[in-house]
Amino acid sequence: MLDSPTPVEILEVVAAMIRDQLVPQLPPDAVFHARVAANAIDLARRQLQTGDALEAASLERLQQLLGHQGDASALERELCERIRSGSLTTESPGLIDHLMACTLAKMSIDQPSYASYRRELDARAATPHTKE
Amino acid sequence: MAGDFDAFRNALQAATLRALPGAQRIEGLKRLSAGATLETWSFDAIGTDQGAATAWPLILRRAPGGVRAARTLSLTDEAMLVRALRQAGAPVAQVVHILGADDALGDGFLMIRIPGETIPRKILRNAQFDAIRPQLVSQLAGIAATLHAADVSGLPAALPVSGVRKTIEDLHARAMSFSEPRPVFELAFRWLDDHAPPEPARPHLVHGDYRHGNVIIGTDGVRAVLDWEIAHLGDPVEDLAWLCLPPWRFGNLDLPAGGLGTRDELLKAYAQASGQAVDPMRFRFWEMVGSLRWGVSCASMLEWFRSGRNRTVERAMIVRRASENEMDLMRLLSGSA
Repeated sequence: MLDSPTPVEILEVVAAMIRDQLVPQLPPDAVFHARVAANAIDLARRQLQTGDALEAASLERLQQLLGHQGDASALERELCERIRSGSLTTESPGLIDHLMACTLAKMSIDQPSYASYRRELDARAATPHTKE
Repeated sequence: MAGDFDAFRNALQAATLRALPGAQRIEGLKRLSAGATLETWSFDAIGTDQGAATAWPLILRRAPGGVRAARTLSLTDEAMLVRALRQAGAPVAQVVHILGADDALGDGFLMIRIPGETIPRKILRNAQFDAIRPQLVSQLAGIAATLHAADVSGLPAALPVSGVRKTIEDLHARAMSFSEPRPVFELAFRWLDDHAPPEPARPHLVHGDYRHGNVIIGTDGVRAVLDWEIAHLGDPVEDLAWLCLPPWRFGNLDLPAGGLGTRDELLKAYAQASGQAVDPMRFRFWEMVGSLRWGVSCASMLEWFRSGRNRTVERAMIVRRASENEMDLMRLLSGSA
């Protein structure tokens, strides 16, 4: 029912307009803020594009790790409690893998150019993870 | 607003004239930082000193309402600390005046402005720093050793004591107030509990925010260490690990010491200057604390944003930088960093 262009397409052109057309015309004090705004629009656009799929994948891993169904926020709280109580540790099968997957998912939206993230992705590409 | 500015400018001029005999007026007043609770202003005092025309380059650091976050030093205590360190020969600014009630400018102090660069990318890339760059790691290590060796009995009594355990407890208390679950932080807290080293043999002065942005660097090297507001007494290894945090490497991921050199270079230079070898496990502990601390700080800004205390694009984006610390924590916890 709703028309196109899609929100993703619109956010793409807004960020490009800020960077390519506005930034060159702005006084130096405003350039920093305009760049932050363009970065924020990119972040929101990435989350619109992949956020739902990343949340769904996380929920599936979480249900497997904790061994039962539930909604994402309740399961996340349970995960925190089990880490706090020591019933899940860095040695527990699947915990590090799940948290690493969540963190990589967040970084793909929040800051895909962050150096530590790029390094982790490169290391994974070089040594494919075969862990269950 | 213009009226507020004029009143502020007049009060600052009056305070400056009282503080600097020979100063006749102030010029070039501009605000450098736009913090909600802390302001930094740059200006010059113009006048005569022993008959010669003189300009004093000055910085004002002030908290207009006098209200600061509970865990920071008051600006008066910060000024006292900087004065004590300067007297002990450390590279810090020269404080020329501590604001009093008669100045009507809030809490704060005036210091001599030091020329130089604090922007990391310029220090790491610009050609003017090529010659000095290879020496910066050993200079930063040597200065850290000097600060850590300060006689704490001569420092302001207001300096909080925060060693290994107190640091974990305080961080944990801040994280407990978060409205959203953060399992990576939880796992990091467990790791810290299990790997906490013994408290240092005696409490040392710790800067607390020893990194790019808080050191002024010139073509002749490190000129001064700034921003002492979270200084405390604790474990000196905290400063060395903080200097090595991934967010301050600015593209030079394999040069942990501020993007300038390796961890080994830093720790060797520090051992040489201080006579104290750094235990790698203690360093690891403080690296984990560092990423967790910066992560907790970013995440805690959600409350500032949501409550309207600082509802800005910049603040929203800082909250979303909590995850970069989760990345660094996960690399430490999984053994890939």
